[in-house]
Amino acid sequence: MKALPILAALALAMLGRAVPAAEIAISCGAVGQELALCREGAEAWAERTGHTVTVVSTPASATERLALYQQLLAAQAPDIDVFQIDVIWPGLLGAHFVDLKTQADAESLAAHVPAILANNVVGNRLVAMPWFTDTGLLYYRKDLLDKHGAAVPATWQALTETAARIQAAERAAGNGRLWGYVWQGRAYEGLTCNALEWIDAHGGGTIVGDDGAVTVNNPRAAAALDLAASWVGAISPPGVLNYQEEEARGVFQSGNAVFMRNWPYAWSLVNGADSPVRGRVGIAPLPRGGPDGKPSGALGGQTLAVSKYSRHVDAAADLVLYLTGADEQKRRAIVGSFNPTIAAVYADPEVAAANPFLSGLADAVSGAVARPSRVTGKRYNRVSTAFWNAVHATLSGDGDGAANLAKLEKDLDRLRRGGRW
Amino acid sequence: MWSSEPPAAASPLTRARVRAAWAFVTPMLAVLALVAGWPLLRTVWLGFTDAELAGMGDATWVGLDNYRILVGDGTWWRAVGNTVWFTVVSVALETVLGLAIALVLAAPFPGRGLARAAVLVPWAIPTIVSAKMWGWMLHDQFGLINDALLGLGLIAEPVAWTADPDLALWAVIAVDVWKTTPFMALLLLAALQMRPRECYEAARVDGIHPVVVFFRVTLPLIRPALVVAVVFRALDALRVFDLIYVLTSNSEATMSMSVYARQQLIDFQDAGVGSAAATLLFLVVAVFTVITIMAGRLDITEGAR
Repeated sequence: MKALPILAALALAMLGRAVPAAEIAISCGAVGQELALCREGAEAWAERTGHTVTVVSTPASATERLALYQQLLAAQAPDIDVFQIDVIWPGLLGAHFVDLKTQADAESLAAHVPAILANNVVGNRLVAMPWFTDTGLLYYRKDLLDKHGAAVPATWQALTETAARIQAAERAAGNGRLWGYVWQGRAYEGLTCNALEWIDAHGGGTIVGDDGAVTVNNPRAAAALDLAASWVGAISPPGVLNYQEEEARGVFQSGNAVFMRNWPYAWSLVNGADSPVRGRVGIAPLPRGGPDGKPSGALGGQTLAVSKYSRHVDAAADLVLYLTGADEQKRRAIVGSFNPTIAAVYADPEVAAANPFLSGLADAVSGAVARPSRVTGKRYNRVSTAFWNAVHATLSGDGDGAANLAKLEKDLDRLRRGGRW
Repeated sequence: MWSSEPPAAASPLTRARVRAAWAFVTPMLAVLALVAGWPLLRTVWLGFTDAELAGMGDATWVGLDNYRILVGDGTWWRAVGNTVWFTVVSVALETVLGLAIALVLAAPFPGRGLARAAVLVPWAIPTIVSAKMWGWMLHDQFGLINDALLGLGLIAEPVAWTADPDLALWAVIAVDVWKTTPFMALLLLAALQMRPRECYEAARVDGIHPVVVFFRVTLPLIRPALVVAVVFRALDALRVFDLIYVLTSNSEATMSMSVYARQQLIDFQDAGVGSAAATLLFLVVAVFTVITIMAGRLDITEGAR
């Protein structure tokens, strides 16, 4: 038995100064092919560096993923080293992450779109690196629009009308399962994105203004919600009230919807080899709210952060920088249609060839509407919950937009506790 | 009762036995205090503070503020209403169906062993798995249930079982009944098998109608087991969480008290209000337990008369 420590010492001496291989755990989202792409990227890094990596899959719902993260981080658990963080979470979770400014070189930082990078700075600390950026998009069936002589709708009102017309004509022709429009109506963060897009498109503001005042109770916002409520059961299946991204894609991809609201990730999947609607799908910015409205897509996206409680901070930071680097972002843009956060990748000819719409998206992303996560800080989650519940009630026919928004305003003012969030 | 004996009358032997009894009981009491008492007291205490999940250390005492927030919150009252409705309806249905199944399984017929095992399958599946499975089966577009009902011509178009606020709670109740009826049937089957044969032979000799036999003989005989089973299920149903959370998430239409407490604790990081909600839930369950135990005692004295 005495020989054991000696053997161990010998083995260590033979290894020389080699860095001991670390075991890094990374949590990845699991919407569509997110998980597979994350695993491929992480394993490529592991092969290069000699470290090992474990990919932890997380719930598809952003709301549930946040709950899981909050539990892990509040317990200061070292089990996960690298966290995939939504763009609205840095303010909420930032205190648990290491400052990446000291880990990354200035050049790789400067490559990212400045506004996207700035979103991850909390109190002068860079708590996460941008990985991909997102905005809500309108997917449409080119073949059905052509067949019925319809244009891509520029306003929500036109979308309502076109969807109803095509749905009625197709159903009369025997396509009984066809619906006009599918989106995300479940009571969760995704509904906040959808509803914010309707309201912002109608000029109804962003729930809470930049000065912290509650702005959501206005006639334009109420009109936007009433219009959306009129879709349920008419051009959208009643079950849309329980849909997340993947349920909506399931209906659209099986050929049972004319329009779909979804994030860019769906593009490569609806055009996948096994997709029944492959090659028959077009993509456009979401419509305006009436002739004097503006097109509006919610700003989304994911970042990667290193936990303060990690036992291998340096190796974890290295993985983050590899995954958010230009090469990996290019691969993800080509294979998974994830929007890069590095401006140069948009211009790459291979990327443009694989996903021609990406270059057009650079504008849509820069004009995207942000959720009020910065101004409401730690209370954002409650604000969003109160908002999606008010919207969900309106969509379910439990009161109209005006009544529910008046109640929401009262709830939000109470949350605000005398002017400060 | 031992406590009614005057302590002075205790012999040295009795005292030694009491000491031995305490020696055996103390470790268990200590463990109980540690795993049940301490968390409970801490939850009650947190309910009177403004603690947040991250950084529990900086909690300050706020008195009854959290309870005031709860009383003024319509969502909480809706959650209370949902929970009570869920408990009453699901336990009633499970009791009736469970009793019917138990009566069938108690009668001898070929393949009874196989049937008994098969009935238990829903109970054996973990709730998360069965909730997910039902979530897909109830899906409005690809769901098996809609497909079957459409095929039979019972509905004209697919129904959004878990999304329609008028139907969602019923969908949850239906899945719970599917899952928990076997448990009821099992408990009642055990009671049915303990019945003395003579009563039935006497009834047969007297030519009593089977329905009368059921209400006059079978039901009184299995009543103690029935009460225990109903109490068990009701306590379980009042705490319902996993089934509702998987099927309909945080939707207010189906939110139970546990789902509400979780949302406050985890999603909002508000350990104060969340603990207050958990404490109220605990009180509701405790009051319910005390009432049923007292009702059970009354039953016993009635039986003794």
